[in-house]
Amino acid sequence: MSEKEIKNLEQIFEARIERDEKIEPKDWMPEKYRQTHIRQISQHAHSEIVGMLPEGNWITRAPSLRRKAALLAKVQDEAGHGLYLYSACETLGVSREELYEQLHSGKAKYSSIFNYPTITWADIGAIGWLVDGAAIINQVPLCNTSFGPYARAMVRVCKEESFHQRQGFEIMLTLCRGTEEQKAMAQDALNRWWWPSLMMLGPTDAASVHTEQSLKWKLKRKTNDELRQQFIDQTVPQADILGITVPDPDLKWNEETGHYDFGEIDWDEFWQVVKGHGPCNKERMKARVDAWENGAWVRDAAMAYAEKQQSKKVAKAS
Amino acid sequence: MKKNWPLWEVFVRSKNGLEHRHFGSLHAADAEMALENARDVYTRRNEGVSIWVVESKYITASNPADNGELFEPAKDKVYRHPTFYNLPDEVKHM
Repeated sequence: MSEKEIKNLEQIFEARIERDEKIEPKDWMPEKYRQTHIRQISQHAHSEIVGMLPEGNWITRAPSLRRKAALLAKVQDEAGHGLYLYSACETLGVSREELYEQLHSGKAKYSSIFNYPTITWADIGAIGWLVDGAAIINQVPLCNTSFGPYARAMVRVCKEESFHQRQGFEIMLTLCRGTEEQKAMAQDALNRWWWPSLMMLGPTDAASVHTEQSLKWKLKRKTNDELRQQFIDQTVPQADILGITVPDPDLKWNEETGHYDFGEIDWDEFWQVVKGHGPCNKERMKARVDAWENGAWVRDAAMAYAEKQQSKKVAKAS
Repeated sequence: MKKNWPLWEVFVRSKNGLEHRHFGSLHAADAEMALENARDVYTRRNEGVSIWVVESKYITASNPADNGELFEPAKDKVYRHPTFYNLPDEVKHM
């Protein structure tokens, strides 16, 4: 294809997105659109899968059968969400094995929040309330993104995610209405998860390298700073209901803007964790790599069994 | 010798009386496993009463580049629609 022809196709493509038309896998798309989507959708899928680990830590120690059933269902949903997203990503011509390889080699990233440890039961409450809360704010606008398979996966994810946040808030509420010790546990969890949750919505607009292109392709419908403000505005009143304090001395309602002002985020910490130096990066990756490698013989055996059954069927028919 | 599990497309009938609709895809070693995985991945909340799975390689898809010749001829055949025909207002039930 000549450069002029590509230019022409690009113009048609941009115009389609401008008109809010969806792009489907077999449609022509600029290589950069494909690559950006593989990067973002796979990063999203990896986050779902790695996100199962900090919570999985508490399944056997959940304080009641009700809590255990809910947590188990939530973690199972996360596996499902990872699978919807991997499938959407594969429609762009990348294989599942390549995607895993990118995660395991550290080439692909996942949400840095999952590199923090879950040391008390209250952390499970805080994750549902804050981490899933931030995830929902990130994900709802993506239901309208331009790439069809991604948008469809996000619709399913968002429908299922709301129970995740509610069960988390319910855990926090129960602790906050419990003994002094339980309430202190909830406060401690908020202290540790608040700032990483704000970081989860991504670098500031000034520092974000992908925002402009992603907005144009409707891969992003709101900037990181807009999403973060929305998260803070809706979460602070919820903390008030719980009766615990957001660990930010600069946090205060601004009558003029109609939003909360908040303190400086420690972006050095964020970049340290992204680069692999968070408290649990190594542990998380080891768990994923071990699961993949130790499961290899199971995958091979299933394939060998399927082939044997198939050849038996063929032999019977002939 | 490493063989990866093939890709399957999943279709779910959400209730009797409705058609099966494409829900997504997944990897599985064989049809039976594809059905079991489809149940876990796509029907955790009563989304279906029946599942079809078909290996993706058996689906032949039209090419969007051919959309012009495939679908445009239908656009100028307005006489296929009832509103193309002019009838006096007195005519009822038609």
